[in-house]
Amino acid sequence: MSLFWSLFIIVLTLGNIFACWWLIRWTAKPRAGEAAAHETTGHVWDGDLMEYNNPMPRWWLWLFYITIVFGLAYLLFFPGLGNFKGLLGWSQYGLYEAEMTAAEERFEPIYAAYAEIPVPTLANNSDAMATAGRIFANNCATCHGSDGRGALGYPNLSDGIWQWGGGPEAIRHTLINGRQAVMPAFAAALDEADLEATAAYVYSMSGREAPARLIAAGREHYQTLCVACHGAEGKGNEALGAPNLTDGTWLYGGSLAAITETLNQGRNGIMPAFAETLGENRVHLVTAYVYRLSGGEENSDDELAAR
Amino acid sequence: METTASYNDKVVRQFTIMTVVWGIVGMLVGVLIAAQLLWPALNFELPWLTYSRLRPLHTNAVIFAFGGSALFATSYYVVQRTCGVRLLSDKAAAFTFWGWQAVILGAVVTLPLGFTQSKEYAELIWPLDILIAAVWVTYAVVFFGTIVKRKVKHIYVANWFYGAFILTVAVLHIVNSLAIPTSLTQSYPIYSGAVDAMVQWWYGHNAVGFFLTAGFLGMMYYFVPKQAGRPIYSYRLSVVHFWALISTYMWAGPHHLHWTALPEWVQSVGMVFSLILLAPSWGGMINGIMTLSGAWHKLRDDPIIRFLIVSLSFYGMATFEGPMMSIRTVNALSHYTDWTIGHVHSGALGWVAFITIGAVYMLVPRLFNREQMYSIPLINVHFWVSTIGVVLYIASMWIAGVMQGLMWRAVNDDGTLTYSFIESVAATYPYYAVRLVGGLLFFAGMLIMAYNVWRTIRPVEPVKAAAPSAASA
Repeated sequence: MSLFWSLFIIVLTLGNIFACWWLIRWTAKPRAGEAAAHETTGHVWDGDLMEYNNPMPRWWLWLFYITIVFGLAYLLFFPGLGNFKGLLGWSQYGLYEAEMTAAEERFEPIYAAYAEIPVPTLANNSDAMATAGRIFANNCATCHGSDGRGALGYPNLSDGIWQWGGGPEAIRHTLINGRQAVMPAFAAALDEADLEATAAYVYSMSGREAPARLIAAGREHYQTLCVACHGAEGKGNEALGAPNLTDGTWLYGGSLAAITETLNQGRNGIMPAFAETLGENRVHLVTAYVYRLSGGEENSDDELAAR
Repeated sequence: METTASYNDKVVRQFTIMTVVWGIVGMLVGVLIAAQLLWPALNFELPWLTYSRLRPLHTNAVIFAFGGSALFATSYYVVQRTCGVRLLSDKAAAFTFWGWQAVILGAVVTLPLGFTQSKEYAELIWPLDILIAAVWVTYAVVFFGTIVKRKVKHIYVANWFYGAFILTVAVLHIVNSLAIPTSLTQSYPIYSGAVDAMVQWWYGHNAVGFFLTAGFLGMMYYFVPKQAGRPIYSYRLSVVHFWALISTYMWAGPHHLHWTALPEWVQSVGMVFSLILLAPSWGGMINGIMTLSGAWHKLRDDPIIRFLIVSLSFYGMATFEGPMMSIRTVNALSHYTDWTIGHVHSGALGWVAFITIGAVYMLVPRLFNREQMYSIPLINVHFWVSTIGVVLYIASMWIAGVMQGLMWRAVNDDGTLTYSFIESVAATYPYYAVRLVGGLLFFAGMLIMAYNVWRTIRPVEPVKAAAPSAASA
């Protein structure tokens, strides 16, 4: 801030503090002709309301002085008086940096060691998984639940079904960069009858019954509008984050109404990026934890590539 | 000496009755949301019964409806009697009553519907803000106009505090509510970012300082010496603590924004003035409690004096706790925990509600020409029920708050947090239950008072005949 505003703040702050001091001294001074301590001031209100002129309690005055002295000392040592930074050079940002650096030095070796271990092995290390579980609880559980089983709109991480791939490398990528899944809204492209038909077809793709008349019309719309992402057979596409529509698992609900809503309004699924929050090494540990949640081995990168 | 007949007591009666009514409404909502924290299903999946909408209704109802009506009632009563004149204008006083009730009804409708400015303790939408400003300016004109035409040369100390409260709340409300409307129910504040936060907490903390402290100190300075029948302890002390209190309170707001993007110098200045505030705050407590010195025996027989003295004790406790919580390092533990909720309620229930209840018990017989309240033993029951209620409430929230603060900062040997947030919520459940019991007790006390007030003022003859036999039995 400019010198003017800095001085403005200093004058106002110190002025108010010293005014308190002056007020105490000035009021405490005995005056000629005033009422003695245990007499009333002579004023009467509402019949019987009066005031003694007792001196202010000494302990109370000391309390007042002490807080004033403490306040002035604090403003000498800490930032407070305008641009003056205080004799200690203290700052909340400096304190934060110092604490983070100290924590980093103390804890980073633990995570650096874990980072050397491949994910499938790390997933069987119970100490590592206990630590990872606590990181998961404080960062991931808000959306995915403390057991990782997700909620409506938040994927279940323990069912072996993956929108973006469940191999160690895919999980790590999801954690580091986050994911943005976009299901476009088709309200403009489909009128009410088309919508009903398409929803019925998608509904039937997971082996459920729907009126044949609707399925036929719905398949046609599916082949023009949906096939690019979800594939001809509706198996989805992990590269795009397009869910498999045939496995009976539904991120936003599988009822006819929910499917209609999805088609109508679209969906936006956001997984935030954790590269900055957790750092590479902790991400590696959490990758192993998520890998383990879904049973691990069957979803190795090679296995998935082979499929 | 003016006779009572020449005072405007109609508006005082109206505000006094509404104090009881809004107290019950506000605390009932408080009990409901306390129960919702324990059993979330109690919002019945209805949007207008959700915690987020009822919590501002609770705070507005107890602070502005209950506390506000009590301040209107007592300030109008006190200013007339200590100035020896009738209120400046009956019509203007009537406008403040009906206008204030309209504001509260507006809050009761708009807040559950989800209309809010999202500023804490200033949630009401801009049309209601304008009505508040109109009522408040009228209030100031009536109050200060009455002071100007007074027949007693010296202005009584209670009126200094009422005056400071009325003047400052006008400034706070108008400055913090400046906004640009975009529709009837929507507006955007003219401030943004850290400035907006600072203006909000300059307002927010002074709502505590002037609405809930200075105003109720005005109440204290009339009703304590009146009921004790003793002169006020020290005029000098009144002078020092009045000026020191109103000048330092103005600075204290930034302690609500410690460790945030608010510039560090503002945080420091806020903390320093919050600490200096300790002695000026205690000045009022000392003056009130020492007024009773020499008449301590009254504490044994008079439950109204008990309400007044216990309120001063809670006032002293809360105004010690406040400066401590404003210290950066303490705040790092206490902020965002239920400790703050405990602190607020030791002020709002222990101090504000207790002194108001004492004043209501003194006012009702005087306003309705009765000897005394219908039942003195019921006042005593009310006293004990609410005292136990407050103690349960505050103690449970203190423990819960410190526990939460410690859980949130606990770190394992591997640098991970020991507890997830939800574990701290689960650990708080038993304390939420105790708090609910405390709140229920306090609410029950309000019902006892309402019954007692009703039996005192209802104009039925047979009751008078029955009452003495019941009392002698």
